[in-house]
Amino acid sequence: MKRAHHLDDATLTRFAAGDLDEAFAVVVASHIDMCEDCRARLRAAREVGGQLLEDTPQSALSDGALDRLLAKIDAGMAASDTAPAPIRTAVGDVPLPLSRYIGANLSDVPWRTIAPGIRKKVIPLKSTDSSLYMLQIGEGKEMPEHGHGGNEITLVLSGAYRDAMGVFGPGDVADLDEDVEHQPKVEPGAPCICLVATEHPTRFKGLIARLFQPIAGI
Amino acid sequence: MLLAVRVTQELETPSDDGAVHQSNLEAVALRQDRAAFAALFTHFGPRIKAMMLKAGADTAQAEDLVQDAMLAVWRKAGQYKAGRGTVAAWIFTIARNARIDKLRRMSSQPYEDVDELEISSDATGSDDQLIASEEAELVSKALDALPEDQRRIVELAYLADKPQSEIARELAIPLGTVKSRLRLAYQKLRQTLEELR
Repeated sequence: MKRAHHLDDATLTRFAAGDLDEAFAVVVASHIDMCEDCRARLRAAREVGGQLLEDTPQSALSDGALDRLLAKIDAGMAASDTAPAPIRTAVGDVPLPLSRYIGANLSDVPWRTIAPGIRKKVIPLKSTDSSLYMLQIGEGKEMPEHGHGGNEITLVLSGAYRDAMGVFGPGDVADLDEDVEHQPKVEPGAPCICLVATEHPTRFKGLIARLFQPIAGI
Repeated sequence: MLLAVRVTQELETPSDDGAVHQSNLEAVALRQDRAAFAALFTHFGPRIKAMMLKAGADTAQAEDLVQDAMLAVWRKAGQYKAGRGTVAAWIFTIARNARIDKLRRMSSQPYEDVDELEISSDATGSDDQLIASEEAELVSKALDALPEDQRRIVELAYLADKPQSEIARELAIPLGTVKSRLRLAYQKLRQTLEELR
């Protein structure tokens, strides 16, 4: 399916290189699951890794390294597992990489109401300095205008919102630098469910917004 | 004589290497061919070790990671699809995932899920029309054509596993510059690939 808003080239390259931490990797992987264009772009970014591996000066292996590995294979640690893997895709409406954390259905997410019309689900991660969470925002609802303390990536899973950059529907991703400020408003028709990774807590502008932030915890 | 020289040169081009890797990997997948696996191990093992040393592994860790990655190559040989990229790129992602798990001590599951989506995806994009070996040659040329400052950053990101913030510190340039160079490098690489399509 064609998506309108894609990953930044730097983000895609960082994913191919393996540099993104878990929170960002989940959002990026989920977008790639929903976006054929970015799958193709990722393929090119992976070739760069392959070529750099080919070009890198070699470091000699210790004696017997191959024999040790063949012995492991013989010992059955790698029993004839060389057949193609069974095709596995997420069965519900949640992209496969995200389904590892919240299950396959958006309807099963245990939301917590944090403000009128705004519900949140934090996804706890062991090994990351960033935070990963989902938001469900009611139709027509406006978020306070905010900038970002660090990088932030938002993936729309269902519904849609609109801001200065256009309309973001299912599969669209807003891959924002820290200096971007935006004020998303949910489109009429249905609530908008998003998956968000942030480096630092988002900062809202203005007194009301700052009062709002501790409640919303966004 | 002239002909012989030409043939030798052709054998040394990356595309031919790619074809050899591909037939070796197929032999592992179809017949669990040990000799073919040994050839892959001899070629990629020392390169994976170099990659891990650059990423900060000590010698013992680097050797272990070579064992982990090449064991995964043996196990997953049947999942490789030529239309989705070169053997080198496929092995790079396997080594990268091992590096994330063991060196970064972080789950590589989101990364592996994307690899798996690739395997199960039957959609044939325009990318598939390019033979993997051709694509490898193009990427190689495009990488060589990058300005030194961009190529350096790409290498640090892919092989040395340096976070952007660390690259910025090491090269004493602002974080934004690291990002923009990475972006420029990727756009140039992609342009080269698209022009030839």
